[in-house]
Amino acid sequence: MLRPERLVLVVTAFVLVVGLPLGNMLPPSSPLHVSNFTLNLFGKFLTYAILALGLDLLWGYAGVLSLGHGVFFGLGAYAMGMHLMLEIGAKSVYQSALPDFMVWNQVKELPLFWRPFYSASFTLVAIVVVPALCALVFGFLAFRSRIRGVYLSIITQALAMSAWLVFNRNEMNLGGTNGLADFKTVFGVPLNQPSTQRMLYVVTAVVLIAAWVLCRWITASRAGKVLVAIRDSETRVLFSGYSPADYKLFVFVVSAVLAGVAGALYVPQVGIITPAKIGVLPSIEMVVWVAAGGRGTLVGAITGAIGVNWIQSWLTTSYPDLWLLFLGALFMGVVLFFPDGVVGAVQRLASVGRRLRPSAAAATSTGHPRGEPASPTPLQQ
Amino acid sequence: MRAFALVMLIVAWLTAPAVGHAAAPAADVERALADLAGDDAERREAAVSVIGTTGDPKWLAFLGALREGSVYARKKGGQLELLVAGAKSTQGDKDVVEIKTAYDGAPLGTVPVADLIEVAADRRLRIAIKPFLDADETRGQLASPDPNVRRGAAVKLGNHADAAAAPVVEAALAKETDPWVRHALGEALALIRLAHGDASTRLAAAATLGGLHSLSALPALKRLEADTAASAAEREAATAAIKRIERWALLTTTLETAFQGASLASILLLMALGLAIVFGLMGVINMAHGELMALGAYTTFVVQNWFRAAWPQAFDAYFLVALPLSFLVAGTAGLVLERGVIRYLYGRPLETLLLTWGASLIIQQGLRLWFGAANVDVSSPAWLSGGVPVMVGLTLPYNRVFIIGLATASVAAMYWLLFRSAAGLRIRAVTQNRSMSACLGVRASLVDATTFALGAGLAGLAGCALTQIGNVGPSLGQNYIVDSFMVVVTGGVGKLAGTILAAAGIGGLNKGIEPALGAVFAKVAILVAVILFLQRRPAGLFATRGRNAEA
Repeated sequence: MLRPERLVLVVTAFVLVVGLPLGNMLPPSSPLHVSNFTLNLFGKFLTYAILALGLDLLWGYAGVLSLGHGVFFGLGAYAMGMHLMLEIGAKSVYQSALPDFMVWNQVKELPLFWRPFYSASFTLVAIVVVPALCALVFGFLAFRSRIRGVYLSIITQALAMSAWLVFNRNEMNLGGTNGLADFKTVFGVPLNQPSTQRMLYVVTAVVLIAAWVLCRWITASRAGKVLVAIRDSETRVLFSGYSPADYKLFVFVVSAVLAGVAGALYVPQVGIITPAKIGVLPSIEMVVWVAAGGRGTLVGAITGAIGVNWIQSWLTTSYPDLWLLFLGALFMGVVLFFPDGVVGAVQRLASVGRRLRPSAAAATSTGHPRGEPASPTPLQQ
Repeated sequence: MRAFALVMLIVAWLTAPAVGHAAAPAADVERALADLAGDDAERREAAVSVIGTTGDPKWLAFLGALREGSVYARKKGGQLELLVAGAKSTQGDKDVVEIKTAYDGAPLGTVPVADLIEVAADRRLRIAIKPFLDADETRGQLASPDPNVRRGAAVKLGNHADAAAAPVVEAALAKETDPWVRHALGEALALIRLAHGDASTRLAAAATLGGLHSLSALPALKRLEADTAASAAEREAATAAIKRIERWALLTTTLETAFQGASLASILLLMALGLAIVFGLMGVINMAHGELMALGAYTTFVVQNWFRAAWPQAFDAYFLVALPLSFLVAGTAGLVLERGVIRYLYGRPLETLLLTWGASLIIQQGLRLWFGAANVDVSSPAWLSGGVPVMVGLTLPYNRVFIIGLATASVAAMYWLLFRSAAGLRIRAVTQNRSMSACLGVRASLVDATTFALGAGLAGLAGCALTQIGNVGPSLGQNYIVDSFMVVVTGGVGKLAGTILAAAGIGGLNKGIEPALGAVFAKVAILVAVILFLQRRPAGLFATRGRNAEA
């Protein structure tokens, strides 16, 4: 039998995955109609959720706080964006086969590293491989020398800072501050049609579910147990004959790939990618999604990503001055009062409720969910 | 036309009379004034030259008025008389204006505006007027009591290299005592001689310029070197001088880079010092450190405004008040932060990191809402603007020298505090072993609070110093903060020497490779270097040695 919070979860998931696109297909007069704008907004939130899953795997399970995941998101997003730019072809403002910004910058010939992105299959491979390779090299150097804890966070933040600086340069031929935008088609399908956007939404939702299954599989496996052990006491894991560096490297690469895929799905739905999405602030904002939702629970990461961004899109339109204050307060409030996030708070509430109803507690006490950490806020000592 | 104006200007130089000229204008000036009131653009321009050539300060003032558009004409006995207009006002239903004579500005009473004809100065005329006013300004500057102004005028003369200016420069050189101004005048004189002298003068001038290490003479010398009309001796002299100057330039740029490196290292050190002490003691990276710096900077801004409004005659002293005050303000903010929230999170460094980041967002947005999103203007006190000339081609700005001094003083004070005082003993004890110190009667939470406040205060001090070299805006802290984190991480935990060495290393490396790679890729190179460095020493330069497996 499903417990009530599980039921809520399944219903919410069903509404998000099936309900919203179906609602979008209804005529606008229907009370259940979902506007194109709303669907698009939630499509964006779902890509964030994919990224948050990876970040949660890394932070919530392995205890590695990366403040540079915007970089991997950006790598995936730019790979996709480059392909979409090339798809525009001569339909651009300047009617040149080159992207518009290259025409402005007096670039006469397509740079070599852009060429393979004409191929859609290469692009799809690059979306996965480029972030994975970067994460592999960076993670190898970082974990091998046992950079951990605050040190690792600072190094990843410096990575985000450097990547932001580099992507901002016009000489990189990646569009500089303005980034890549003004896409017309995705794999030959016009982007401005509602049906295309609906399709992209469904693809994103399916990828999110697949990512969740993957993360679920990892956390439930032996490797998942080792990851939690590393988080709780890395030294003991080391002395038990495991190599924490390898496990951490593995999960770092997985989370980078998820971030890259999220970025690639983000680009056609939002229609623009700029260096502003990969800097220090967006990278650390991603962490707060996970923290607010509840780290160490995969559902929490998804909840946090959707919830925080929903609030953000509401606040930035209604009260733009308040958003940063709210974000700051959210950081502090979550850390101080809800260390295990919304999901943790709900779980605590539910367990209090069960204790108040002894009969119900007896019926469910055996079904403790697997894969969830024994203590949501482990002491790091 | 410009060249003609220039020649006229030079003549003006030579014939510049003493003040107290005859009251009645000479005939040619009379004619020029009549032309000026006319319509013929050529004749008006020539008229400006005639009037400007008199070199009479009063006529120059008249030209200034003409340039600003306050010259009018009125009919007087069949002729047009030129006037300078003063303040305008309304009398009854008529607009009236005070008028003065063109030459000496003697008041002529008030007349209705409708009775006057405007003598407009179009763009061409304004361009013709400008050299005369500039020449007057340069002459004034050469006589200025401020050596920096005199030096600037001399450099300007050298750049123009007008043959006719030579006697003026010579006269000034004879009177000058300040060595830097003498150098600039000598340079100007040699440049003029190089441009206009005969072969033997040019030969001597080239040698002189080489001896003076004159960087600004390089283009002229290179022209001479390539000039096939010049004699072989001259060209050889030019080559020798160029070689001498370039060797000197290499020396000065090297020294300048070293100085810039030291200056950047000092800034990093000022910022990282507070950060490193707190990190060493509590294992907490204070992400709000940059915003505490911004608080210090805004305190300086407020103090400056207060001085400007309430005590303008002592404006230059504001910085001396702002310095301790920004320490106090940021320190208090740090104390509130520590007592209010951070102390509940000991032993959880990653949570503290996020918490302080949240605090930084709130402070940053608070500053933005209070002071506005735009940068605010903090002006340097007079004693921090300008620079000390150390050698030819190398001037060290006072504000940078001051920051190096401030960083040195802060490090010395911190050293004394940590290693020579009772409080420092307690801080070091808690840094080494918190629970053991607590058992022995050290009040660890009090040490935490005071140390955090001290670190925050140092951030405020850094922010105050930064107002002198950079923009002050709500996101001031963001620009440097990642760099200072890198310094702390590279320096290692709880070691003052590590922080100093890391700041010097990163600052020096950054400025050293910046010319080759550019600012952005220099930063990326630093990141790579730090990561590679941490391969060798994962816990920084000076790791605390111990038997702890976690270390």
